[in-house]
Amino acid sequence: MWTAFTPAEIEALTLSLRIAVVAVTGALPVAIAVAFLLARGRFPGRAFVDSLVHLPLVLPPVVTGYLLLITFGTRAPLGAWLLETFGFRFAFSWTGAALAAAIITFPFQVRAIRLSIEAIDPGLSQAAETLGAGPMDRFVNITLPLALPGILAGAITAFAASLGEFGAIITFVSNIPGETRTLPLAIYTAIQTPGGEVAAARLTALAIALAVAGLVLSEFAAQRVRRLSGQ
Amino acid sequence: MTLSAKIEHRFRGFHLSVDFSVIRPGLTALFGPSGAGKTTCINAISGLLKPDSGHIEINGQPVFDSTTSLNLPSRRRRIGYVFQDARLFPHLTVSRNLDFGARRSPEPPTPAERENIIEILGIGHLMERRPAKLSGGERQRVALGRALLMKPSLLLLDEPLAALDQARKSEVLPHLERLRDHARIPIVLVTHSLEDVARLADDIIVINDGRSMAAGPVDQILSRLDLLPLTGQSEPMSVIAADVLRHDIDGGLTELGFNGGRLWVARIEGDPGAQVRLRIAARDVMLALAPPSGISASNLISGRIAEIRSGPGPYCDIRLDCGGSILLARITRRSSERLGLGLGHEVIAVIKSVSVNRQSGIAPALNQPVG
Repeated sequence: MWTAFTPAEIEALTLSLRIAVVAVTGALPVAIAVAFLLARGRFPGRAFVDSLVHLPLVLPPVVTGYLLLITFGTRAPLGAWLLETFGFRFAFSWTGAALAAAIITFPFQVRAIRLSIEAIDPGLSQAAETLGAGPMDRFVNITLPLALPGILAGAITAFAASLGEFGAIITFVSNIPGETRTLPLAIYTAIQTPGGEVAAARLTALAIALAVAGLVLSEFAAQRVRRLSGQ
Repeated sequence: MTLSAKIEHRFRGFHLSVDFSVIRPGLTALFGPSGAGKTTCINAISGLLKPDSGHIEINGQPVFDSTTSLNLPSRRRRIGYVFQDARLFPHLTVSRNLDFGARRSPEPPTPAERENIIEILGIGHLMERRPAKLSGGERQRVALGRALLMKPSLLLLDEPLAALDQARKSEVLPHLERLRDHARIPIVLVTHSLEDVARLADDIIVINDGRSMAAGPVDQILSRLDLLPLTGQSEPMSVIAADVLRHDIDGGLTELGFNGGRLWVARIEGDPGAQVRLRIAARDVMLALAPPSGISASNLISGRIAEIRSGPGPYCDIRLDCGGSILLARITRRSSERLGLGLGHEVIAVIKSVSVNRQSGIAPALNQPVG
C-alpha cells in the first residue's frame, strides 16, 4: 500500500506525526500546571491568565504565526539570542512548526484538563491530607490519576488539531519540503501544482485514514483510562 | 490520650466559640443540631480549617496556637478523620485505600495490627474492589479502616452514619461499638442523633449555636433536666450502664445489674459479666410512693427525687438518683401534685421489661486492642 505514495508524501506524513507528538508532549506538562492553577488556584490575575491561554483559540492562526515570526525570527531579539547562545533556531525549522502547533492547540489541552480537575471532589485532597500526604504527594497520587481522562482527552484533541494546523505553520516556518511541509501543507502544495489533483486526492485519503485511526484509538484509550481511574 | 480545644472562629455571620476537652479514650459525642458548628470544630482540630484564634492540644502537644502562630499542617497531626461521605479514593482498590495513610505514617501498623483492624471492620472480602463497587456501609467501614491504619492519636468521625439508611446503619453500628471498646485512642463522633449518642458514646459535648453548652459522661448529661431543650425535649431518656447477671432461659429473660438496682429485660446474648448499655425513655417510667402489689411490671427500683422540672404540655420531668444511676421519669403535673412529690422524697420507679432498650452490643473478645 505504501508504494502508492511517493517518498515526499511519506515524509510529509511522518513529519506531521513527529511535529504533533513533540507539540503535544512538550506542551502537556505546562498545560497540566496551568489547568491546575486555573482550576484550584485563587490568585490575582487569574482572569488574565485564563484569557491569555485562550487567545490562540480566538486569534486567526496566521496572526499567531506572524507573532511567532516577529518573536522567534532570527532577526528578532529573542530568536537571535537563542541562535547565538544555544545555536538553536525555531524559524524555518520543524521545531518551529512544533512550537506553532503547541501554542495553537494549548487551549484545547488546558480546557479539557481543567474541566476534569474541577470535577474532582476537593474533599478527596483533604482526606489525603489528613492521611499524611503533602501538596506534591496529593497532586501526583490523587489529582493527576483522577484527571487522567481529561488529560488524555486534551492530548488527543491537541494531537488531532496539531496534525491539521496550517496557517500558523506556513506563516512562521514556511513550506519547506522535508522540514516544515506537513500533510496539510503538502495537500495545499499539490492543489497549487498543475496536474497535482491525483496527489492531492491520495494525501486527502491519507489524512482521512489518519483521522479515523486516531478516533478509534482515542476511544479505546479513553475506556481504559476511565476503568483505571475508577470512574 | 487527651484533646483540649479552645476555638474561636467567625465566618459568614456565624460565630463559633467553643472550649472543651476529651480526657479519656472511648467515644465522645460532639452533639448538637445541624448548623451548630460541630463539623467546624473537628475541621479545626484536624487542621483542615485554621480558626481565627484559639489553642488546640493533643496529648499535651499543641498543634494550633494563635498566640504563637503555631499551626501544624493537617498531615503532621496524625488525626484520623472519617468523613460523612467516606471520601475513598475512587482510582484505588480498597486495599490501597486502606494503606494510603499507613504508607505515609511514621509508625506504620504491623501486618498483625492490619489484619486485626480489617477483621474488626469485617472488610477482608472487599480488598480488591474499587470504591464504586461498595455499598454505603462498606464505604464507611473502609474509611474507618483507612483512618485507623495510620495509627492516629485521635479519631474524628463526622456523622459517618448520617448518609446511611437504617439497614446500612445497623450494618456499621456494631463495628463502631467494637472499635470503641477496643481502640485505645479517644474517638470524637459528630452527630445530631440522640439515638447514636445513647448507643455509642461514653461522654458527650453538647454544642448549640456555636457554643459548647455542657460536657461530661452521657448518663449524667442526658439526664440533666436543664439541658433537655438541647438534648431531646421530645424524648428524654436515661442511659444506664449495666452488667449481665444471669439468664432465665425458660422465660426468655436476662437479669441485669447496675449501680442502684436490678432489671429483668428481654433476653440478651452475653455471658454473665458482659457490659451492656440500656436506654429507658422517661415516658416509660412510672412512679409510686410505695412498692405496688398485683402489678405486671417486673422492675421496681427505688430512688430519691433529685430534681423536678416542668416539661412540655401537661408534663413534668423528674430526675431520680437511684444509688449512683440516674433515671428520668416524665409524668403529668397533676400526678406529681396528687402524689405530693418533692425534692428528696423516696419513690419507687416502675419499669416494664418491654420498655428497656438494649442499646449497646456486647463486644466479642479480640486478640489485640486497636490503635
